[in-house]
Amino acid sequence: MNKYAELTWQGLWKNNPGLVQLLGLCPLLAVTSTLTNALGMGVATIAVMVGSNATVSLVRHWIPREIRIPIFVMIIAGFVTCVQLLFNAYAYGLYQSLGIFLPLIVTNCIIIGRAEAYASKNQLLPSIYDGFIMGVGFTLVLVVLGAIREILGQGTLFDGADLLLGPWASSLRIELIAIDQSFLFIMLPPGAFVAMGFIIALKNSLNTKVEAMIEKPVEVQKPQRVRVSKVS
Amino acid sequence: MNKIITKNGLILASFALVITTIVGITQHLTKDKIDEQERKQLLKTLDQVIPRASYNNKLFLHCVPTLSQQFLGSSKTQRAFLAFNDDVPVAAALETIAPNGYNGNIYLIVGISYDGTVTGVRTLSHQETPGLGDKIELSRSDWINSFATKSITDHRDQRWQVKKDGGEFDQFTGATITPRAVVAAVKNTLVYFELNKAQLFAQPQRCGDK
Repeated sequence: MNKYAELTWQGLWKNNPGLVQLLGLCPLLAVTSTLTNALGMGVATIAVMVGSNATVSLVRHWIPREIRIPIFVMIIAGFVTCVQLLFNAYAYGLYQSLGIFLPLIVTNCIIIGRAEAYASKNQLLPSIYDGFIMGVGFTLVLVVLGAIREILGQGTLFDGADLLLGPWASSLRIELIAIDQSFLFIMLPPGAFVAMGFIIALKNSLNTKVEAMIEKPVEVQKPQRVRVSKVS
Repeated sequence: MNKIITKNGLILASFALVITTIVGITQHLTKDKIDEQERKQLLKTLDQVIPRASYNNKLFLHCVPTLSQQFLGSSKTQRAFLAFNDDVPVAAALETIAPNGYNGNIYLIVGISYDGTVTGVRTLSHQETPGLGDKIELSRSDWINSFATKSITDHRDQRWQVKKDGGEFDQFTGATITPRAVVAAVKNTLVYFELNKAQLFAQPQRCGDK
């Protein structure tokens, strides 16, 4: 596997930030009550991760080890603030519906985790790609969770998509099941925990199959027998 | 040792400086757009509580501060937007808070015509239980429209309660506290308006200083 395929594999499945590293659970569980929110949160996270990974990778030679963490935090906080301002300016409805969780991306451990574990040790392009693909892996989990909760909770998909994509998107809304009373349990955080548990369980049960499919078995070279008998 | 500390301190400071600059630039570039969005949002809300055709001043610019812990539910200053038609007072939209929601404050805006009839009520923000208490949002239920055209006869108007308490407003199945809080808040706003309307409309516009 070359470097990028390996990163893709790590980000989307093997080391998926949402399912395996279990980082960033707070936004993961809190904002995924609808697909639209999940998607918006995912896009914001990707933007911040790409930006912070790129910056950290660019300046990695100038950062002394002892103060790397405060610098990473500053860089990430800067990016989050910029993303928040941009959302406020260009996606106002979504800005309102994501609420406090947008600025809270700062505290999402995936971002600082990738800055520390990858971007601070690698070159620019792989770092950008790592940020992007880790973000995509996180977004996929968000989206799946958001979709499940929206369907079970209120029987729709893409409710409020116009907040994210503009007025035309309100036609995307699909009513799958007509529910008079929304399923409260699923809409609230406990439902998110339970749904998340099922997704992780599913991932784990598929794990060996998928890994066998993707990861080519590394040919184990049989060590040639070396004569070890003592010459006495 | 001191040298390293100084060096690290300087590096940290320069990072802080650069990042602050970037944030500052972004803020500067998006400022107008954000203001415009907020104004648009405000205007959209105002349009829903006071019919656009009934006035001809710049409603969102014409606001005065209001303050009443007893009637408007907050010890902080809120805004009242005043609608005039050729300098004749037509209506006002008052920001108010229902402090006794099921989960914290419920922020409302109440449109009241000059004669004291409600022209419209909207929920601005709240943290009520999704699926139960959130029926006070127009996107979930049209309950909030049941205030329109209603008015109060006196300060102890018995009709201004939920049906469970003997009034004429519906409560929600499984959620009585939320509508009770909203009904009380709208009623209090009406009382406040009755007591203060002359003084409100006499004030010069003082917007911008939130």
